[in-house]
Amino acid sequence: MTSGLAELRAADGTLVTVLSGDWSLERETPRFEALVAGSESAHGKAVSLTVDATQLGAWDSSLLVFLEQAQVYCDAQQIDLDPSGLPEQVTRLLALSRAVPERATSVNTPDRPSAITRFGASALSTWASIEQTLTFAGQVAIAAAQLPTGKVRMRWRDFWVVVQSNSSGALPIVTLIALLVGVIIAFLGVVVLERFGAGYYSSYLVGFGMLREMGALMTGIIMAGRTGAGFAAELGSMKITEEIDAFVTLGVSPIEHLVLPRMLGILLMMPLLTLYADFVGIMGGMMVALSLLDLSATQFVGGMLMAVTLSDALLGVFKGFVFGLLIGFAGCLKGLQTGNGASAVGRAATSAVVLGITLIILANAVIDWLAALLDI
Amino acid sequence: MTTPAIEVRNLIMQYGELVIMRDLNFSIQRGEVFVIMGGSGSGKSTLLKHLIGLKAPAEGTILFDGEDILASDELQRKAVLRRMGVLYQNGALWSGLTLAENVALPLQEFTTLDARAIEEVVALKLALVGLRGFGEFYPAAISGGMRKRAALARAIALDPEVLFFDEPSSGLDPISASRLDDLIVELKASFGTTIVVVTHDLESIFRIADRALFLDITEKTMTALGHPAELRDHPPSDEVHRFLTRSSEGLS
Repeated sequence: MTSGLAELRAADGTLVTVLSGDWSLERETPRFEALVAGSESAHGKAVSLTVDATQLGAWDSSLLVFLEQAQVYCDAQQIDLDPSGLPEQVTRLLALSRAVPERATSVNTPDRPSAITRFGASALSTWASIEQTLTFAGQVAIAAAQLPTGKVRMRWRDFWVVVQSNSSGALPIVTLIALLVGVIIAFLGVVVLERFGAGYYSSYLVGFGMLREMGALMTGIIMAGRTGAGFAAELGSMKITEEIDAFVTLGVSPIEHLVLPRMLGILLMMPLLTLYADFVGIMGGMMVALSLLDLSATQFVGGMLMAVTLSDALLGVFKGFVFGLLIGFAGCLKGLQTGNGASAVGRAATSAVVLGITLIILANAVIDWLAALLDI
Repeated sequence: MTTPAIEVRNLIMQYGELVIMRDLNFSIQRGEVFVIMGGSGSGKSTLLKHLIGLKAPAEGTILFDGEDILASDELQRKAVLRRMGVLYQNGALWSGLTLAENVALPLQEFTTLDARAIEEVVALKLALVGLRGFGEFYPAAISGGMRKRAALARAIALDPEVLFFDEPSSGLDPISASRLDDLIVELKASFGTTIVVVTHDLESIFRIADRALFLDITEKTMTALGHPAELRDHPPSDEVHRFLTRSSEGLS
């Protein structure tokens, strides 16, 4: 098997390209420009280019690429390319490749818009996003309000799937994180308060910290990453496979069938998971306090109950409820806003997590501020 | 006698315990257009997945140029895969890459061509499928039919010896479907490519097939093998007759 070769000869105003050997993508093959550059004098007055393929062996796309290069050269030099010397199959493939003209316009936008235009576009896009978010919130609120009246047909099976996934399915990760958070708070309390001889009060810190803040907050962050991203990915996949369009064209509301079961499911489970996280966190804190301080379990719990009230626990549960609402909202909103392509699903899941966690922390600060104002 | 491009011996296809097809015995000769036909759910695409090594047979052997891909080591397997091209039913273009990058990837993986040469081969392949100048587009920005053509450009990037098509005309307008049939015939005539097509598009079957295999969902095995026109004129079973003549007679 000899490598593909090409030679350029000139005769009576005609350039002849002599092709020989086996042309393969696997091996280096000649370039037409190099051939021309090597015989500048030969093509000075040429008016046509022909091909002699009598010695041509096996060939593949590499030969077609070479002939495309020849065509580009001939177009630029206004020389006629006579393909009659080529094998018939090559001529047919070249004809096929030229059957559809090149797309005239580029995919890229021609000019970068001015700063004012970009600012305006950004403002309009932000406004559109706010409008979409408010519309979505309104649709969910209306659907939820109509649920008890029976006007809304929610898929209860989906609701129970969400409940199951966010109960037994979420317990291992919630247990692990809540336990470790309780341990960390207790360590912090013991180390800092012992300096002032007040290590006993670390039980206050664990109880107060877990019930009012960390139980709900950590559960919210875990569930935003787990369930919020899951909602966005699931709805996003349905969006790109046109399943959501199928709901709309059937006259069935995707909010009622897809969003409501998910939001109600997480709304129900978040307060329960928060209570569970509170309990596990306090147990973790108690383990540390008992091992590092000269305390009994009764003293730890008794000390904690002196400082912690029912309203602290209820505040945590309330936060869990609000965080559940926000996680479901962010996950479903981003899922329904998914663009085209598999990467859009990834982006939707990521932005659902980012939005969910941001909203949770923001809501936590607002609730704490209101609780302080109302002396709760 | 030359080794067939693909040889299937006593193949049984199963999903779990469920037998999809059994006793499949046939060979695909080099340079022929071989069509796998049958009704919906008859296991055509599953058979294709077996032929390209994506699914292991429950029983039986599939030989690609005399070699069992699944029994080969990684290097041999890669060498065999280099000689295949597959056009999936929905194109399966990589959505994070432009059309040009999609077509270039197999060339970068399997050849030593430099960047400029790859760019030229990519331009040629896109031109062959009627997508000249669309290289910078992402799959999400073009229509379903164009995505399918771009996927074909990727499948033929390496001038494969055997090309597999899964329902090539589904989702295409008649002109694009006809153009695709032209291209299949042209690839066979010009490069001598062996082409295996899974389809139930009769127009396409009669136009491109040298031989066709019929998978009978009721019998759970192949019940016909031959040139489609011969099978239509002398059908070996009622099911084949109904399929090739679009007839519903005899169906309750």
